[in-house]
Amino acid sequence: MNAETEKPAGPEMEAIALDGVANWRLARDADELLWLTFDCAGASANTLSSTVLGELATALDAVHAARGRGLVVTSAKVSGFAAGADIGEFDDMRDADETARQVMEVHALFERLERLDIPSVARVHGFCLGGGLELALACRHVVAAADGGTRLGFPEVLLGIHPGFGGTVRAVRYCGALAALDLMLTGRSIDARRAQRLGLVDRAVPMRHLDAAARHFAGSWQPERAPARRARLAGHRLARPLVAAAMRREVGKRASEQHYPAPYAVIRLWREHADDERAMLRAEARSIGALLTTPTSRNLVRLFKLQERLKGFGRGDAAAPRRVHVVGAGTMGGDIAAWCALRGMQVTLQDRAAEYMGGAFKRAAKLFDRRVRDRAERLAVGDRLVMDLAGDGIARADVIVEAIVEDAAAKRRLFRELEARARPDAILATNTSSIPLADIAGALDDPARLVGVHFFNPVARMQLVEVIGDATTSAATLARAQTFVTAIDRLPLPTASAPGFLVNRVLSPYLQEAMILLDEGVPVGVIDATAREFGMAMGPLEMADTVGLDICLHVGEILAGAFGGDVPAALRRKVDERRLGVKSGAGFYDYAKGKPVRRKSGENPLAAADVRDRMLLRLLNEAVACLREGVVADADLVDVGMVFATGFAPFRGGPLNYARDRGVSEVVGRLRQLEASCGERFHPDEGWSLLETPR
Amino acid sequence: MATSSSRTTAARTTPRAVYIVDGARTPFLKARTGPGPFRPSDLAVRAGQALLARQPFAPDALDEVVLGCIMPGPEEANIARVVALRLGCGERVPAWTVQRNCATGMQAIDSAAQAILLGRAELVLAGGTEAMSHAPVLLGPDMARWLAGWAGARSMKERVRLVGELRPGHFKPVIALLLGLTDPVVGLSMGQTAEIISRRYGITRADMDAYAVRSHQRLAAAQADGRLDEIVPLIDAGGKVHEHDDGVRADSSVDKLARLKPFFDREFGNVTPGNSSQITDGAAWLLLASEEAVKQHDLPVLGRLVDTQWAALDPRQMGFGPVHAAAPLLRRRRLGLDRIDYWEINEAFAGQVLACLRAFADPDYLRAELGLRSAIGDIDEERLNVDGGAIALGHPVGTSGARIVLHLLKVLEQRDAKRGIAAICIGGGQGGAMLLERP
Repeated sequence: MNAETEKPAGPEMEAIALDGVANWRLARDADELLWLTFDCAGASANTLSSTVLGELATALDAVHAARGRGLVVTSAKVSGFAAGADIGEFDDMRDADETARQVMEVHALFERLERLDIPSVARVHGFCLGGGLELALACRHVVAAADGGTRLGFPEVLLGIHPGFGGTVRAVRYCGALAALDLMLTGRSIDARRAQRLGLVDRAVPMRHLDAAARHFAGSWQPERAPARRARLAGHRLARPLVAAAMRREVGKRASEQHYPAPYAVIRLWREHADDERAMLRAEARSIGALLTTPTSRNLVRLFKLQERLKGFGRGDAAAPRRVHVVGAGTMGGDIAAWCALRGMQVTLQDRAAEYMGGAFKRAAKLFDRRVRDRAERLAVGDRLVMDLAGDGIARADVIVEAIVEDAAAKRRLFRELEARARPDAILATNTSSIPLADIAGALDDPARLVGVHFFNPVARMQLVEVIGDATTSAATLARAQTFVTAIDRLPLPTASAPGFLVNRVLSPYLQEAMILLDEGVPVGVIDATAREFGMAMGPLEMADTVGLDICLHVGEILAGAFGGDVPAALRRKVDERRLGVKSGAGFYDYAKGKPVRRKSGENPLAAADVRDRMLLRLLNEAVACLREGVVADADLVDVGMVFATGFAPFRGGPLNYARDRGVSEVVGRLRQLEASCGERFHPDEGWSLLETPR
Repeated sequence: MATSSSRTTAARTTPRAVYIVDGARTPFLKARTGPGPFRPSDLAVRAGQALLARQPFAPDALDEVVLGCIMPGPEEANIARVVALRLGCGERVPAWTVQRNCATGMQAIDSAAQAILLGRAELVLAGGTEAMSHAPVLLGPDMARWLAGWAGARSMKERVRLVGELRPGHFKPVIALLLGLTDPVVGLSMGQTAEIISRRYGITRADMDAYAVRSHQRLAAAQADGRLDEIVPLIDAGGKVHEHDDGVRADSSVDKLARLKPFFDREFGNVTPGNSSQITDGAAWLLLASEEAVKQHDLPVLGRLVDTQWAALDPRQMGFGPVHAAAPLLRRRRLGLDRIDYWEINEAFAGQVLACLRAFADPDYLRAELGLRSAIGDIDEERLNVDGGAIALGHPVGTSGARIVLHLLKVLEQRDAKRGIAAICIGGGQGGAMLLERP
């Protein structure tokens, strides 16, 4: 982006002093319009901290006193209007009533803005999310840039809460219940044109006309936007209970009320109070106060911050890469290449012959179709992914990612060749899931350049990437690999080069136990349903099918070789039968069009709690072992890794967080119990004592 | 070579040398049912990406991009610029589109060479692209007029009246491809011009079919021996891999071809789809460089573009174009046929190539048409289109001129030969020829 976002500026602006205000600026232009510019000091994005909100009150006093013709609220940040509330303050909100009281103060503040005696307009570009969108909606009008990546939305539900600064009320007022609740229940963000169609904003205009549009709406009283009569129907007193029930059913498909209360709270707010905005505002404040203190919200907020911590690993001084060369156009290599192209990298994809690459390009075309709506952008993304049979891209690449067969000798040969052709400052990365870096590093003249970047399948959905360094890997290489991972919008998790790294190693005993249970006669459906009820995104057997049973077996054998233990007979049997999971059309499930055919389950011979604990506690025990061995630096990283790579129940905050919540001694006791009944694979790891220290 | 020997004596008057350093093309994809998987720009981008990726310089080091195309898509105005930007040449590399009907791709090379000769450019990407399967279906002028009236109609009454004026004829589609392959001045289709010139030399249907079979056999042999290494494979959005020119029929035979009906003159004609070039999609690029650029980037030299000749003739006999262009070129360079190791003459029609061969050897024709005092001679068919031609692999009109130059250089390289001529006939009554030499 460019100087166009840097409004207001220029000689025609006359600054108005705001005493003691660091994050807002006020100015009057030649047309007597007032420009209130949000500019959080020392930050690249605007957030609504309590300080910022306090200063807004001062700024609004000044707006009153200045007696302009209209008010434009805008942002000085290139990143956007405002990213939302200051999540750092959530930890202090331990008391529901106190939080509700503070929220009501913000309600009063936003109401002052809403009831100004001059027209007000929010001039929105870039991110306008959560509290930021609520601030914009408190203005009489909103104009938004149709280009430049403008995104509007209410992501609060992803943090276990819902909009709290009047958003539940104003979104419904402007968009109607169906569209507004959809935004709040899914947390998805939309672009400006869609926002205009929904009524969330008055106008979506190209950046070049954003100021003109803002002046138009601030310059004189314009009619307020309102949802179409059709959109208002759902809010009718008589329709509401029915609509609310349908929405609860819809939400219920994705999240239970017990685990994720926030979306249910939004529906309740609307059903009970939609006739009375004041009552709905009060109820919103009470509801948000209660939600912020739930374990679900605490855990989701913690994960959000951990996500930020992982992104921070990639924000070093290392220059962001632009050119990526991927060797191996299989599922992982092809998907990594496509993802890199989608995220702006210039990508060359190499394999032995064109005939092996059709699948990769087909999947890439689908990904681009789904993810990129703009035609010109889609063309550019497609052009960034180039087939490269001769490896011409190697010499220009900043990052080279190897994703060929899991064969150490083949990898060594390849890396020797890559090292000879690559730029001396290019990093050489392997996507191996099982081969220790040291086995490859020996082949290189300069092993300091070798790093592991372990993606998870499917690449486009799994946010985590293990960045694996060995003793020989240089700090600079690690830093550049983390920068690369961050640059393609994934989360880098620094991981030691131990067998299975973190994620596969922790996951493996859990999957194995699921298969042992299967051998003991527990039906497939019961095993997976138990895991889903706990909160896993997917049951272990379905997950194994998705990963590929041959890969599970391979990883299992490597781990068994390293740490002892057996590979379950059920797994070996399936692989022998060439039932490899989703990719072969059958595994633990049969697949029709890539979806598992769920059959009615038989009787579960074991107690439900035993089924759950046997799978889960083996996972927890292995997670503790990884912590003890230092596979990752601390318990937080274990948790964030398992959540973002495997879909471990996010509302439980990760495996170690769950163990602490359940009680370390309780968990260890249960492990001992299981060890006695099921065998030594349940022997509690020595590392459990590490968790007993207070957080 | 001319430049090195004359440098000391007449540096000022000696033209700069123009080198062709590399080239690449897509496989040629026969138009089958409806639009193919790639638009003209897509074809040019994919081939260009592979070509530029292996160069020691970045794409923005190019001085210019010249691309030929006769039927760019409606969203591809100045398709050369669209392609240059998509290739990552950057905003500052100028690009322009050229058109000379069937010799469009050769025109692009000539235009690039001229820029180098004049000292305006050191490094130019030139080529042609065509997706004949994407040729639009148009509305006739009556319908266009009606639509304009509809857009301007203000009242319901007016609209009702306009609907009443619609006639079935308004909906008759105009197939742009067929129009493009018909000469508007003399009212003959290209196939009919081939009928004229093959009749003139008494070339029989059997001669034509035998020639066509040989074209397929030669292409099939070249594919089997891997001699078409100028091809960059394509993968379409459905994941289908296109690695080879897919119009080839290795099992083609005179018997099979004999069963086809004449297409252009249905009752007494000889020209059939089987002995004509195919309707095909494809793109080809060459990279042209001055001596300075060759030195600066240490580029390998595929060949030198020594000379180019354009000629024009009776549009009804456009198929003789190669004779009209190549004969003066040979005479100007004082080269006998023995000095030309290999020929590429674009196979618009089997009868047309055969008629050209007769004309080269016909002193009467050459005297009457070109004022030559003697015949050029018999071109050895073992040195002509040795890896097949447009009858087997297709004739994407904007591309073929570039393809035959590129392939001629490959032939010279593979057979360790010195000199060759690529010539092409041009709808509308023109011919083009280029003389190329290996270093």
